[in-house]
Amino acid sequence: MTQLALVIDLNVCVGCHACVTSCKQWNTSGAAGPLADLNPYDADPTGAFFNRVQTFEVGEFPDTQTVHFPKSCLHCEDPPCVPVCPTGASYKRPEDGIVLVDYDKCIGCKYCSWACPYGVREVDPVRKVMTKCTLCVDRIYDASKPDSERKPACVMACPTNARLFGDIHDPDSVVSQAIRDNAGYALMPEWGTHPSNHYLPRRRTAMRVHPDELERADNPLKADGLLPRPAKAEPTLDDVTSW
Amino acid sequence: MRPEPSVILLTTLIGVGQGLFLAIFTAHSLALFDLVPAQDGRAFDAVGSAIALVLTGAGLIASFFHLGRPERAWRAIAQWRTSWLSREVLVLPAFMFAVFVYALVQWNGWRPVLAALPGGGAIDLATIVGLAAALLAFALFVCTAMIYACLPFLREWHSPLTLINFVLLGCASGFTLAAAFSTAAAPDLTRLFTGYALAFTLLGLAGRGAALIRNRRLKPKSTLQTAIGIKHPRIVQKSMGFQSGSFNTQEFFHGRPAGTLRWVRWAFLLAGFAIPALLLFAALFGSGAAPLALAFGVQFAGLVAERWFFFAEANHPQNLYYQAVA
Repeated sequence: MTQLALVIDLNVCVGCHACVTSCKQWNTSGAAGPLADLNPYDADPTGAFFNRVQTFEVGEFPDTQTVHFPKSCLHCEDPPCVPVCPTGASYKRPEDGIVLVDYDKCIGCKYCSWACPYGVREVDPVRKVMTKCTLCVDRIYDASKPDSERKPACVMACPTNARLFGDIHDPDSVVSQAIRDNAGYALMPEWGTHPSNHYLPRRRTAMRVHPDELERADNPLKADGLLPRPAKAEPTLDDVTSW
Repeated sequence: MRPEPSVILLTTLIGVGQGLFLAIFTAHSLALFDLVPAQDGRAFDAVGSAIALVLTGAGLIASFFHLGRPERAWRAIAQWRTSWLSREVLVLPAFMFAVFVYALVQWNGWRPVLAALPGGGAIDLATIVGLAAALLAFALFVCTAMIYACLPFLREWHSPLTLINFVLLGCASGFTLAAAFSTAAAPDLTRLFTGYALAFTLLGLAGRGAALIRNRRLKPKSTLQTAIGIKHPRIVQKSMGFQSGSFNTQEFFHGRPAGTLRWVRWAFLLAGFAIPALLLFAALFGSGAAPLALAFGVQFAGLVAERWFFFAEANHPQNLYYQAVA
């Protein structure tokens, strides 16, 4: 079994929204038709996006951390949005675990978005059907692209490499190793949806200095200072070592 | 959640229709055992079923306005194995068809006796069709309520009280309408229906009150900490990732101040339960159609408000991700 997924490293994400814009660009230009983009240059721009980057402030000033949090469909292993769909438009591909919407079958009843605790499905206000992240299914299997480009657009665009893509059921994949080695976690585990996308936590890079490291243990008399210069006749450092 | 007029009308109108048909079939069943006088099939059973049909039909039409692509609505029957919405889409027309056949049988007096009860009552074609329609009415209550009750993270809905209240409120409004209708078509039954309507209204008040108390005590299972997976008591959202609204900020918020919810709650408790109960109680000892018609009008308006509140009080966990407009 294959389960393709993204692993997003919150320790690395800088909140630049490059994944958001590249996602929109790729998915509005594909065979599935354009994603709505209403009033893009007006007072209230809106439209359908598959990916958002949100920003949270953790802690109280001055001890705060700014966390940028990219959010897209988590391609749950047990997706609650799929069984509720009355038409079968919402489905999970058995071969690679991607949760997709068949835009030609969707009746726009929005029930699947009610059934998703993460709020990652958005109705396209023009096409009137439910849309969501496809993991760029039209890109990752495109044989005309070199292997290095058969990744979702957001992964290709990320300048800090905060987004990893791969099969989380393969223990040797880069995503499985990242989850294992860096304590990758799933969102809202309380609902038993088993999200495939994982997040890597913030990791504080703190230097730990012990008190005995502040004082030289090999200098008990605390006799610090310059050593006497060697006499002219004695060999200098240059004479006794070969650089 | 955002209360949508189409869904509010769908659930309240088909509730009245189901309740009205159940009232008609209750009288039909009791007449089999000579507990109430048998009625003229044409004036009462057929016309009453036709009213139920009109109400459920209006609900069905309202439901189309909820869909983004109504022309594809027929596809919604596909996933009846897993989806309660799909099951509702199947059961609603089935119920309407059974009510239509019942009305047709009663209007034309096609009542060949198929079996006899030990007590002497005759089970005729109308009884069989009516029983099927009554069972479908209950199946429809289950399907409609389970659409909401089956979603575990909408915890205000995820309770047996949701199903109980859909049945009780549908029956309360349906029996009140039956009482008002019977003053013209079957005056012998008015007191019976008024009594039933009063009982269902009071039971509905108890069920809805229990749901209100339950929902007030709910503690959210999901928090901002589990939503983004960071263990810290103080997390503040600074940006939702866009400048103005999106589907996520529109579909899952009722968009009204907390004060509106408070007065709607009192309004539906008064108009949906207290005032109709008083009017029905008065009608038990008085006569005339006016108090019963008024009771139905007030109660239906109250139940529309109740359904608005039902949607508005449900707090979707996705709202945790949409707390700041920045």
